[in-house]
Amino acid sequence: MNSNLLRFAAPQAFFPIAGKLIPWFSVLAGVLALAGLYVAFFLAPTDATQGEAYRIIFIHVPAAWMSMFIYVVMAGWAGFGLAMNTRLSGMMASALAPTGAMFTFVALWTGALWGKPTWGTYWVWDARLTSELVLLFLYLGFIALKGAIPDPARADRAGAILALVGVVNVPIIYFSVQWWNTLHQGASVSLTRAPSMAAVMLLGMLLMALAAWMYSIATTLARLRKIILERERDAEWVRLQRSAA
Amino acid sequence: MTGFLSILRRELRIALRRKGDVLNVLVFFVVIASLFPLGVGPEPNQLRAMAAGVAWIAALLAALLSLPRLFAADYADGTLEQMLVSPQPLAAVVLAKILAHWLLTGLPLVLVAPLIGLQYGMPAGAFGVLLAALLVGTPVLSLIGAAGSALTLGVRGGGALLGLLVLPLLVPVLVFGAGAVSAAMSGLDPSAHISLLGAFLAVSSLIGPWAACAALRVALD
Repeated sequence: MNSNLLRFAAPQAFFPIAGKLIPWFSVLAGVLALAGLYVAFFLAPTDATQGEAYRIIFIHVPAAWMSMFIYVVMAGWAGFGLAMNTRLSGMMASALAPTGAMFTFVALWTGALWGKPTWGTYWVWDARLTSELVLLFLYLGFIALKGAIPDPARADRAGAILALVGVVNVPIIYFSVQWWNTLHQGASVSLTRAPSMAAVMLLGMLLMALAAWMYSIATTLARLRKIILERERDAEWVRLQRSAA
Repeated sequence: MTGFLSILRRELRIALRRKGDVLNVLVFFVVIASLFPLGVGPEPNQLRAMAAGVAWIAALLAALLSLPRLFAADYADGTLEQMLVSPQPLAAVVLAKILAHWLLTGLPLVLVAPLIGLQYGMPAGAFGVLLAALLVGTPVLSLIGAAGSALTLGVRGGGALLGLLVLPLLVPVLVFGAGAVSAAMSGLDPSAHISLLGAFLAVSSLIGPWAACAALRVALD
């Protein structure tokens, strides 16, 4: 990594950059979401077996992807911060957590709404649903731990340790739940794999996934700016910025 | 090694002078297990099917009850800080405390568990499997729990927070621990479950003490 990039590891240097990037990512998120929703509602055909209800996957699948991906990114930032002692990394992890938790909740919620017409029930103890629920608990634990420690530096490091232990555990939890599920066959409904997804459905899903990415980056950066301002409120540059505004 | 043994001896001696703390956790374990039939009804087949899960959930809650005390007293009176600056590696201190915690809560739970088996009409053949699963699984509660206990040290609302942090991470113990007994009760070989429980014990004996040491350094910074 060259020193030019590392310069932005200082909250003061990153603050204006984040401010310039947010509108771009917001606009991209909006455009991609509109395109994705257009494909989802007007171009994608009605599913032969599930009817119109399947269209919820255009929200559900990107949300589920983001929920897992953001946890790994968050743990990565947290671990980087723990190892390199960079202040911005811990703030980045804090900024990512609510977005990740929100996507986990959306994935569970839309899954329940899809399950009612398709499986006839809002909730089944399917392996994927159960591990997604555990993932939500991991996010909530991370947010709660950070919130409970008043000193930000200590909160960042404690949160980083928890996120690292969590990220090691996520695959173990996933496989244990999957195995538990096959053990209790009676209660489970197998997720019927679509034989082959129409190309246009895949396009809609990818557009929505990209929109979710852009949205995540935009909201995380916006939250990051708030966290920087809150933590650096006594710093000289923040005071200068305030008097300039 | 001598440091490890002396801390272990100290922990056990302190606990034996306050026998109530150890006994309360055991009584709590039995009370939780006795409440389930009152809630769901005394139907024997239903109880038999639930037995392993109830025993494990009661064990998780009992461990959770005792975990906040793992470092709290030594943190409050400054002993922990002295241990940190002593030439003794912190890992030895943490491992001794984890072992002491298991000897004082995990092992007694294993010994009391047959009582729950009797209450729930578990077939005699499954008793051995329940004991084996608890014997392999309860050290994981102490190992992962120690990390949670160290992370919540001196934090407000520590008790409920500890549960939120630790319980999701212990899902695999519950799954494989209860799964071993269910497998044995339906005539299947439980050794795969016990092996996986052992594998999880191996993983958590690596990450648990590491996380606990790191968290203690953060708390005492």
